[in-house]
Amino acid sequence: MDNLPWIFVSALLVNNFVLTYFLGLCPFLGVSNSLETSARLGLATTFVMLVTAVCAWVLNTYVLIHAPYLRLICFIVVIASTVQFIEMLIKKLSPALFRAMGIFLPLITTNCAILGLAIFATNRGYGFVEGIVYALGAGIGFTLALVLLAGLREESELSNIPKLIQGTAMNLIIAGVLSMAFMGFAGLFSSS
Amino acid sequence: MKKNESYEEFVKGIWRDNPVFVQVLGMCPMLAVTNSAINAIAMGMASMFVLVGSSFLVSVFRHVIPKQVRISCFIIIIATFVTIADYTLLALVPKVHKELGAFIPLIVANCLILGRQEAFASRYPTRLAVMDALGMAGGFMLALFSLGAVREILGDGALFGFRLFGESFEPWIVMILPPGGFLTLGVILLFFNWFKYKKDEFLADVAEAERSGS
Repeated sequence: MDNLPWIFVSALLVNNFVLTYFLGLCPFLGVSNSLETSARLGLATTFVMLVTAVCAWVLNTYVLIHAPYLRLICFIVVIASTVQFIEMLIKKLSPALFRAMGIFLPLITTNCAILGLAIFATNRGYGFVEGIVYALGAGIGFTLALVLLAGLREESELSNIPKLIQGTAMNLIIAGVLSMAFMGFAGLFSSS
Repeated sequence: MKKNESYEEFVKGIWRDNPVFVQVLGMCPMLAVTNSAINAIAMGMASMFVLVGSSFLVSVFRHVIPKQVRISCFIIIIATFVTIADYTLLALVPKVHKELGAFIPLIVANCLILGRQEAFASRYPTRLAVMDALGMAGGFMLALFSLGAVREILGDGALFGFRLFGESFEPWIVMILPPGGFLTLGVILLFFNWFKYKKDEFLADVAEAERSGS
């Protein structure tokens, strides 16, 4: 249990899903044009990640010991349907929350960060609590990266940028610089 | 005529509609594994196998799959091929498999592959679908390879493990680390933007000259 904080900070900063593992780049580059949207997307992603961690743990413990080669197919089908189910549930129970996460929920299910989370957690043999902490760290890390990029993009819209570099090329270079900044966090754990 | 059609589908994926450089799809696996040319090629081959196999199956079954659940069907077909690719690589080249690690299963979530099923394979006859898949996969591989080669040459001073420069070469470590992936792809896209910009300028010039000539 002592390694829980480590797992959290590692997923949040040192091994940030977007900036170090390149997972979830499609929403990262596609949706990050306004701060508000990206914060909401981040919230929804964190939520789906938590659901994923629970699903992955249940599948790994009870089903997949007998058939490891079905892992990928199982993960996709179960996670996608669970998220759909929860989406309907939230719509019924709390329309306000549904409006906040809204259309993002079904879209996120096919995001590679979600599947990546399930696979990484399995490969590292995380238990139930560890998996949840890992998902929380990864989700908040994803939100952090998304909000940072959205902030930079909003600023850059106000400045005079050559036409040639606008668009994806610039976003990638900004992401590269952000990623370099996050590399700095790798030093956090070198002594331990 | 028929031959031209297939050829056209094949070529468009490699250059004009290159999935990575022009459509900016399938970035997640591509940036993560392109820190050396050999990894890039292994990833490209695996993606090609999955894309061609699933395009073939989807196109064969395109009249059988009900419209409402088509996306789920595509995903299950893709996941099956990815599982095959994963276990094949594990058996044949365990070292490469270890380096690519979790990114092989993640081919499932590559939006390029699902995108081709939805946009092309589910609507066209098998022969065209396979040609389209081959072209797109070829373009994807080209992109992976150019990124992997640039990063390995700059970050390691080598290509396929052979040293290219003398002892005095100081490798840019940052290029094989994650930031290098973003930067290299950014610069390549910049180059493509410039190319398109010049081409538009040239076409505008030609049109201008024609108008004044006539």
